[in-house]
Order: sequence, then C-alpha cells, then structure tokens
Amino acid sequence: MSVRITLATAGRVLRQLRRDHRTLALVLFVPTLLMTLFRYVFDGQEATFDRVGPPMVGIFPFVTMFLVTSIAMLRERTTGTLERLMSMPLAKLDLLLGYGLAFAAVAVVQASLTAAVAFGLLGLDAAGPVWLVVVLAVANAVLGMALGLFLSAFAQTEFQAVQFMPAFVLPQLLLAGLLVPTEQMARVLELISYALPMTYAYDALARAATDVLDARLAFDAAVIAGFIVVALVLGASTLRRRTA
Amino acid sequence: MMNYGPSVRIRDLRVRRGGRLVLPGVSLDIRPGVVTGLLGPSGSGKTTLIRSIVGVQIVESGEVTVLGKLAGSPELRHVVGYVTQAPSVYGDLTVRENLRYFARILDASTDRVEEALRVVSLSERADQIVGTLSGGERSRVSLATALLGEPQLLVLDEPTVGLDPVLRRDLWNTFHELAAAGTTLLVSSHVMDEAERCDDLVLVREGRIVATGSPDELRHQTHADDLEDAFLALAEAS
Repeated sequence: MSVRITLATAGRVLRQLRRDHRTLALVLFVPTLLMTLFRYVFDGQEATFDRVGPPMVGIFPFVTMFLVTSIAMLRERTTGTLERLMSMPLAKLDLLLGYGLAFAAVAVVQASLTAAVAFGLLGLDAAGPVWLVVVLAVANAVLGMALGLFLSAFAQTEFQAVQFMPAFVLPQLLLAGLLVPTEQMARVLELISYALPMTYAYDALARAATDVLDARLAFDAAVIAGFIVVALVLGASTLRRRTA
Repeated sequence: MMNYGPSVRIRDLRVRRGGRLVLPGVSLDIRPGVVTGLLGPSGSGKTTLIRSIVGVQIVESGEVTVLGKLAGSPELRHVVGYVTQAPSVYGDLTVRENLRYFARILDASTDRVEEALRVVSLSERADQIVGTLSGGERSRVSLATALLGEPQLLVLDEPTVGLDPVLRRDLWNTFHELAAAGTTLLVSSHVMDEAERCDDLVLVREGRIVATGSPDELRHQTHADDLEDAFLALAEAS
C-alpha cells in the first residue's frame, strides 16, 4: 500500500462529495434537523431527551456513511472505475483506507455540528465528556463505511443498495438497547443483539454521555474496532482483480 | 523489462462467460512495437480476449503471458495501460481532476496530465465536469488516462467509436508515434476501414482467430482488393 495513493483516493472521494451539494447538505444538516425534531417530540420530557439524544449524535454518522459508501462503491463497480483501479498499481487497502479517511473527515464535521446544535442550542445535557461522544461518532462512521462497502458487493442496483438500510441498519437500531434495554427483550433477541455492532456502539455512547468511563466502555470500543477490522477484511475480499 | 519475444503470448486460452464458451482455445502472438488491430464483429469475443490479456478476466484454462510475465501479475500494473469500451472515469469530477487522480496512482507528473489532454484534444475542456461531456469526449478522457503512465503495452477496446474523423486520424497518428517509440498497441475495432491503419491484423469470428497478418498479406492471400472482401473470404473459408 502507499500513503500517496491512499491520500489521493481520500481527496478524490471528498472532491466528488463536494461537487454534490445536495448530498453534502443532507449529510451535514439532516442529523441536526432530526435532533431538533427529537427535542420537541420529547417536549417536557427532558430526562428522555437527555437519555436518547447523545447516542443519536453518535449513531447518525453510522447510518449516513453506510448508505453513502454502499452507493458510492456500487457506482465504482457499475461504471467500470473499480475495474480500472484494479488494473492499476493500487492496493485494495489504499482504496479502503482512502474511503475510510474521507468519510471519517466528513463524520468529524457532521458529528461536531450535530453535537454543537444539540448541546448548545437544544439544551441537551450530558454528564460525560462531549468530545468522547464525537470520537465515538467518528468510529461509528468508519464502521458504517466498512459495512456499507462490504454489503455493496451484494447489490446489483442502487434500489437494492438503498434497501439494505432498512434490512441491516434498522434491526440493529431496534435491538441496540436504545428503545428498550437489551436485557428486557425476548431472550433470543437479547442474544442476537450481542452479535450486532450497533449494540456496542450504543452502549459506549450511553456510557460516555452519563460519565460512566469504565472498563466496559473500553471493551465496547475494542469490539467496535474489531468489527471495523472484520468488515474491512470482508470488504477487501469483495474487491476482485479478476471477474467473470 | 527488456523483451525480444512477442509482447503478448497466448496459448490454448479457453474462457467461459455466463455459461457460454466465448473463447474455445485461442493461441496468438502479438509483436512488440507495432499497432495490432483486433477485428471482428460485435460479440466475436474481442473484449473477452482483451480482458484476458489485461488480466481482469477469470479464465478456464490456457496461458497468457504479457512482457514475459503471467497476465495480471502485479508488476504489469505499471506497464500495461487499458481502456475499456465504456468510458470508466468519474462523471462527477472534471476532466483534469480525473486525470490527476489516476496520475497520482501511477506516480506520473502533472506535465503528463497536460500532455495526455493535448493528445486527445481536451485541453480546452479540462475544467469541465465529465458528466456534462458528449459520449465521444468522455471516451477521450478514458483514453487519456491510459496515456498517463508510460505503458509498454497499451490495450484499447474500440477507442475511436463515435469520434470525429479528424480526431480519429490524429489518434491513429498518435498510436503510430507511440509504437515508433517502442510501445506495443492492441486496438480492437469492428470497423474495417480502421484495419488499414494497423501494422498487424488479427481477425476474430465466433471466438476463433480466422486470420493474422499485415493488411497487405491478407489481401494478397485472398486475392481481394480491399480488406472487407478479404475478411469475408477468410470468414467463409474458416
């Protein structure tokens, strides 16, 4: 792999995103708008907003980057640019890390903006450090990117890729413990939730927000890192130099 | 990578695509430093043969060596330039941004970018978004990216489709200049009038090589006046 090619790829991905003003605006401002919506849905229930709000700051980037990456990668496959790249002196890791860097940079802006509005204007309160919520948000963005990249190999059209959102992301949100604590769910679902990355992402965010900076938080972070590595390896295996 | 044998050597190549045996056993040598035209009707297996040479095609059996290495070897990625039939460039970037990105991958200088733009006559459109270009212009962007490195083998799948005749003539002159400088070129086409511009010809039909040789040799061999008739005679004889 090469730093030059990785950085060139990250720059190229960001440039493409910058050209698409509408997507960029949606990526940056939809989380803020949804957060505002949350604030007034839970009007007069500040405790609930304070419980649900901080994890949402960290979960939006996961959803966004999952979608954006799966579509971007699908386009690389269908327009032949992936085949061109694979016939060039570019390591698969250059491509994966290039995408990762680009979307992590976008996630920093997205999560900072959401956090600034939520904590600054909407009166969201967190006992724990806000910066840690933002760091976890960026980690989630990279996780979303890696999973999106892997799953995009199983979509032939953009219609299919978009449907992966409700198919793979929504169940994780439902099972993560955000709506109901995992131990109160049906036993089977509780067990399934332990196999899903979002469960650890939510737990880490909830702990960070309530200032429970314990070993369990470190464990959650390690599990998220593990999922990122596994998803990247699986993603790399879907980038084929030779195709039928 | 000095090499005095053929630039591309293919032996008993069998390729199946979508269950169909597209290449049932092809053997072929391509001479270095000349322009070889790969001619045949649409669906004759030209693209599959090209993909096998570039090393992006899963093959069933047989051997393809390029510049002395097995096709698809990592060392070849620096020295083989490949242009697919459909332009494979980023539609949401400008022409220059596309070329700069691919140049960074090849570690080619920005001078090469400007030079490639000049060769395909796109210098004036360099800051235009590729998605807003015409089909022919987009193919030229794709072609320009293959000129960025200093490829020893340049494989072009129907590079001149839809191009203006003046530009087509200029590109063919460029191909011959590159060949004179030592690059081996393999150019596919389904248009017979382009055959005349090649040094060597490979005529393909239904996945089989019907004939090889220079335009003169093929005309002489078939006693035909033009290559169209020569191809017909060869196709019927096979």
